[in-house]
Amino acid sequence: MRARPALARTVGALSRRAGRGGTSLPGKLLLRMAPDAIGRLSARLPQGAAAISATNGKTTTAAMVSSILEPTGTRLIYNRAGANMAGGVATALLDARGRGDLGLFEVDEFWLGGVVDQLRPRALLLANLFRDQLDRYGELETIADRWQDVVDSPSTAQTRLVLNADDPLVADLGRARDDVLYFGVQDTSLALPGLQHAADSTHCRRCGQPYVYDAVLLGHLGHYHCPTGDATRPQPAVFADAVQLNGVRDAAFTLTTPAGTRRVTVPLPGLYNVYNALAAAALATALGASLEQIAAGLATVAPAFGRAETVHMGQRPMTLLLIKNPAGANEVLRTLLLEEGEIDLFAVLNDNIADGRDVSWVWDADFELLAERLARVTCSGTRAAELAVRMKYAGVPAERIVVVPELEAGLDAALAGATGPLYALPTYTAMLALRDLLSRRGVARSSWA
Amino acid sequence: MPQLRVCALYPDLMNIYADRGNLLVLERRCAWRGIDFRLQGASLGEEIDPEAHDLFYIGGGQDRDQELCAQDMLETKRDALAAAADAGKVVFGVCGGYQLLGHAYELGDREIPGLGLVDLRTVREEGPRLIGNVAIEVDLGDGVQVLAGFENHAGRTLLGSTAQPLGRVLHGHGNTGSSGFEGVRRDNVIGTYLHGPLLPKNIWFADWLIRTAARLGSLSQLDDRLEADAHVLARRVAGM
Repeated sequence: MRARPALARTVGALSRRAGRGGTSLPGKLLLRMAPDAIGRLSARLPQGAAAISATNGKTTTAAMVSSILEPTGTRLIYNRAGANMAGGVATALLDARGRGDLGLFEVDEFWLGGVVDQLRPRALLLANLFRDQLDRYGELETIADRWQDVVDSPSTAQTRLVLNADDPLVADLGRARDDVLYFGVQDTSLALPGLQHAADSTHCRRCGQPYVYDAVLLGHLGHYHCPTGDATRPQPAVFADAVQLNGVRDAAFTLTTPAGTRRVTVPLPGLYNVYNALAAAALATALGASLEQIAAGLATVAPAFGRAETVHMGQRPMTLLLIKNPAGANEVLRTLLLEEGEIDLFAVLNDNIADGRDVSWVWDADFELLAERLARVTCSGTRAAELAVRMKYAGVPAERIVVVPELEAGLDAALAGATGPLYALPTYTAMLALRDLLSRRGVARSSWA
Repeated sequence: MPQLRVCALYPDLMNIYADRGNLLVLERRCAWRGIDFRLQGASLGEEIDPEAHDLFYIGGGQDRDQELCAQDMLETKRDALAAAADAGKVVFGVCGGYQLLGHAYELGDREIPGLGLVDLRTVREEGPRLIGNVAIEVDLGDGVQVLAGFENHAGRTLLGSTAQPLGRVLHGHGNTGSSGFEGVRRDNVIGTYLHGPLLPKNIWFADWLIRTAARLGSLSQLDDRLEADAHVLARRVAGM
């Protein structure tokens, strides 16, 4: 009992220091003094907490869930994009100063266990696992094993699991439980001709046989079964039919949940955002939102910074599309292909720690898809020269490749050389640098997070 | 018409570090020079004909997949690869593929037998994974040159008394983190931890592989300005 007032004083002092800054430092300090602070602060939330993890789409999915729940009057506590380890979650709880109803946290896939053990969330959304930053996270199987431990742990015994039926590695996590809420895409008209080069986890985790795919929808996501019969895609209760992708603008689909069916248009492009929307719809369903609230929230979600956001550089529109791993990059490239005519690209490859020091992944991304459609590609960033070689071997004629490593000079070169809209494909730290640059030039929205 | 026939082993499983980039570089550079490039994959259960290919490529894989491949190699491919190596064909292993070339590698507390094409074995030791940009100095007969790439391996590869390293570590970890050596070379059997993929950023080595495997005296010059810049950058990030 003596620890309680001490924690309260610590929280008070730290949250005053935290102010409105976007750092996870106050949370880290708090956790050093009170390692169980996340558990104790989140236990006070009247509606508990929900956690989201995935390789791709965490930030966008959290934004969608927020767009669904906030209009209902639920006061959400959520962590800022990127601040998704324990320190970031603790900081968010500190900042809230006890004024929130429900915690909504995106959590780094590698550190999920530690956060969930404390958070004991009401609902846990595990949306996808793709090859990503092997130098930081290790192999995909390692992450899957860690997630299995989370799912099997006593701290999630009361947690509603929300899983992607179309990702075999993720769907398999729920085999031993009977209350999993699965989501997936039923419409197979957008199926790819086969697995892409970057496809992962295509072998049954139980018997090692390669899965048979009846339809590949995105990376290794799709409709699959194991030939030995020990794993099949679960039937999703939240699903999309009749998917219609409209370039880099939006995506429409018919959403079904246990409550019924609605046609939904999400103002974010590509099949990957249909998956994000389904994940958000399923999590919101698990948290008690109505189908009307879900449909309305998805229709009005604003893009997170760099995720299909369009800004105007003078007269020229520039659409920012974050790329950070092969699966995500491939979906961005597929979405760009839906645009008409030739495409001007500003591609920025950094190798800072948050990007992954290893830039191998650009050879797994299918830049070949766009090679014949590019009017010009300006390569920038700390590894610009290697990105340029990737473009050349993807089939882009060398005379259409411009290399300007420094970001600001690269942006100006790309803008000067563009004939139509410019599409910027930055890696994570490049996207943050671009945000600062645009903000200095007065074209950034102040609410970008 | 000159020809380069490449056999990619387990392209569906041993591809973790974008190994297709290495194959793509070979393919494009052959095409630009009018060399007939053929690529065939050989996965689990498929036998290979040592006569039918000039270069055998083995990439890296996840632990579980690498173990599946190790077992399959012994059952269906070892004799053919040994015959190919003895006949002077190029056998090129990267990362996990490099470990498979040796007598054995350790996975947890188990020892998984390998091809035994070269005199080495890979063990686990206390200590971190060896991760980072790396540059090595090699001499394949045309004078000293540099290979630059990225390494990421838990295994420590110990060369036997009859094995020659591929090169000397200039920056980075190499085979063990302390031996000062990287990779292995036995005639045209080459193994290395450098991925990244390796060939796009070391275009001279891509051409050495093409020349050696296709048994061509020389290759026509290409416009390699972008590739030259990428090589300089890869060396620079590796600390040179």
